[in-house]
Amino acid sequence: MKHNLILRVVSKFLIPLIFLFALYVQFHGDFGPGGGFQAGVIFSAGIILYAIVFGTETAKQIIPPFVLRILASLGVLLYAGTGVASLLLGGEYLNYSVLGANQVAGQHLGILVIELGVGITVMSVMLIIFFAFAERGRPES
Amino acid sequence: MELIIGHYNYWLVIIIMMAGFYTVISQGNLIKKIAGLNIFQVSVFMLYISIGNVKDGAAPIIEQGIELYSNPLPHVLILTAIVVGVATTALGLALVVRIKEAYGSIEEDDIHNQDHSL
Amino acid sequence: MIDSLLDITLLTLLVIQAFAIIYLRNLFVVIMMFGAFSLISAGLFVVMDAVDVAFTEAAVGAGISTVLMLATVALTYSRSEDMQEKLPAHKPWLPLAVVIITGGMLIYGTADIPAFGDPNAPAQQHVAPYYLEKSLPETGVPNVVTAVLASYRGFDTLGEVTVIFTAGIAVMLLIGGRRRQNKSQSGDDDEA
Repeated sequence: MKHNLILRVVSKFLIPLIFLFALYVQFHGDFGPGGGFQAGVIFSAGIILYAIVFGTETAKQIIPPFVLRILASLGVLLYAGTGVASLLLGGEYLNYSVLGANQVAGQHLGILVIELGVGITVMSVMLIIFFAFAERGRPES
Repeated sequence: MELIIGHYNYWLVIIIMMAGFYTVISQGNLIKKIAGLNIFQVSVFMLYISIGNVKDGAAPIIEQGIELYSNPLPHVLILTAIVVGVATTALGLALVVRIKEAYGSIEEDDIHNQDHSL
Repeated sequence: MIDSLLDITLLTLLVIQAFAIIYLRNLFVVIMMFGAFSLISAGLFVVMDAVDVAFTEAAVGAGISTVLMLATVALTYSRSEDMQEKLPAHKPWLPLAVVIITGGMLIYGTADIPAFGDPNAPAQQHVAPYYLEKSLPETGVPNVVTAVLASYRGFDTLGEVTVIFTAGIAVMLLIGGRRRQNKSQSGDDDEA
């Protein structure tokens, strides 16, 4: 599709804006609609658009598949690790109040960290699934 | 009349639910079955969100000066349900690809005939 | 008044699209209808004040699901065939009867549900006022849905992340590698 001039120009213009919007949705999930899941899907949609217009080989140079596998596990580990951290600091599992100086600060920090974990995992898994579907049709070289 | 005004929402949602259900059990093509399953899931979400809706309420984001909010609990349940739904759809589509490679067709009748002729 | 009008209009559009998906036979058109169905249902969620749900449904239904279905059709139909579904072999009287009976029972069952939008319904009484009053002082987060999802019901969200991770692993196992070259084209190595 990279021979299509309109698609190439418009997608090069839009993809950085899509990434910026995904970061906005991730970190403003506390104050408006949004959160980790929506941000992960929007971020992966930007990279899927790049892969559709410019080819999956170029997209795989941006994010190699082994990095995606590491990131997916890292997100789940971040989420579960927050729970273990609160366990080690004296509270119960996933009780964020002990993570900060007072209850409100601890809860806010805990929610921010686990939303980040959810966003990272969702983005990597959507990209893993898309690359698996896109690469299946190519015969073995 | 009171019954219709209070319940038309639920009736239309049930009609969509039955349309999705019919697609799953009667259409032969596997991709159409997965699309029907998704329609069924979305209609169940609409049923739950309708139960939690409050007339003249606002979205459940706390702000100064707003008194009446919609119920936030169905939103939380449905958010998790949408995630699980997309995981199921991706897995179902991966299975369709493998079925095509093994049987050569994704029509239910063809697969049935190939299974029974061995 | 405007809310109810929007509600009825969007729901009618959705009913028409659901019937069109049953009736159409060209798979490409069915997938595009499905994407439009997801988008209009996201609009319906906004009208019903569920903004987080609408965001997620638009991103996931009209984005990821539609793209994956298009990728599946590209993998399963070769370029020379038309993407048509086969005509069914027999008339679907039994599924139609089952669907009508189930729909009738469901509609009969909803006669007891409190009216749509009633602020005194039992669903709004016991746990929801607690979350609406206490979530800002206890967690410092104005978005009640995020506070409940991440803090009050954090275990469920851990399970949800695990489900999505498992789906990624399973898809990787099923179709992760390149396709082995078929020794013959579809169909002629299945005969006895």
